[in-house]
Amino acid sequence: MFTVITCMLGGMLLGFLLRRHRLSGVQHVITALIWLLLFLLGVEVGGNRRIVEGLATLGLEAAVLTVAGLAGSCLTAWALWAWLYRRRKAV
Amino acid sequence: MKGSLIIVGFFALGCLCGGGGVFPFDVAQTDISFYALCGLMFSVGLSIGNDPQTLKNFRSLNPRLVLLPAGTILGTLAAVACASWLLPHRTTPECMAVGAGFGYYSLSSIFITEYKGPELGTVALLANILREIVTLLAAPLLVRWFGNLAPISCGGATTMDTTLPIITRTAGQQFVVVSIFHGFVVDFSVPFLVTFFCSL
Repeated sequence: MFTVITCMLGGMLLGFLLRRHRLSGVQHVITALIWLLLFLLGVEVGGNRRIVEGLATLGLEAAVLTVAGLAGSCLTAWALWAWLYRRRKAV
Repeated sequence: MKGSLIIVGFFALGCLCGGGGVFPFDVAQTDISFYALCGLMFSVGLSIGNDPQTLKNFRSLNPRLVLLPAGTILGTLAAVACASWLLPHRTTPECMAVGAGFGYYSLSSIFITEYKGPELGTVALLANILREIVTLLAAPLLVRWFGNLAPISCGGATTMDTTLPIITRTAGQQFVVVSIFHGFVVDFSVPFLVTFFCSL
C-alpha cells in the first residue's frame, strides 16, 4: 500500500518538475489502466469458483448490505456537504 | 455514461475470460494488477503534479473535511446495522463486519473468512467489490444528488487508489487531497473494525 502511495508521490514530483510541459497523454494512460484493472478484477471474480457459485444467493445479501452502506455514507456526506458549503462558500 | 459502460464491459469480459480459463496461469496469483495499480497511481500523480492549479487548491482546503472519514464510517455502520434486520439469519455484528470493509474487498474478505468462515467471507467480497463498482459507475449521479463529497464517502477505503481517478473527474481536482486523506483513514480502520465486529 505504501508502494502505491510512493508511486503517486513520485509521479506528482515528476509532474511538478515537468510543469512547463503539458503532459496531455496522461489522461489516456489513466483511462487505459482503469480498464485493465477492471478487466483483471473480472478475471479474478470469474476464475474463482467459490464466488461464481455463490453469486446468486450470497449476492443478494451482499447487495442489501452494499446499498445500505452506500445510503448511510451518502446521507452523512450530503449532511457534511450541506453544512460546509451551503452556508459558506469555501473549498 | 459511455465511459461507465466501457468499464462494465471490461469487467464482464474479464469475468468471461476468468471463467473460461482463457489464461494458462492464475492471474490472481500474479502481481500484474499491483503493477497496473502502481502505474495508475504514478499517472494520477503525474497529472496532479503537472497541473499547478491543483497544488494551489491544496492550501485552501477546508480543514473541517477531516470529518468526512468519520462520517463515512459512522454512516455506513449505522445503515448496515439497520439493514441486518432485513437479513434475519445474519447477526448485527456480522453485517457490520461486512460493512466495515468499506470497499477494501481483498483484506476484509480474508479477515472475515478467517474469523467467520468462507460463506460470510464471500458475502464480504461481493458486497465490497460491489461498493467499489457502484462508486465507479454512479459517481456522476452521486455528485448530482448528494453533493461533491458523496462519491468520496461511497468509495470508502478505495478513494486513495482505484476510485481516485473517477472522483477527480466527477467531483473535481480540488477534492484530490480530501479523497486521499479519506482513503488513508478509512483504509487503516478496516482491519481494526472488521476484527472488532467479528469478535462480538
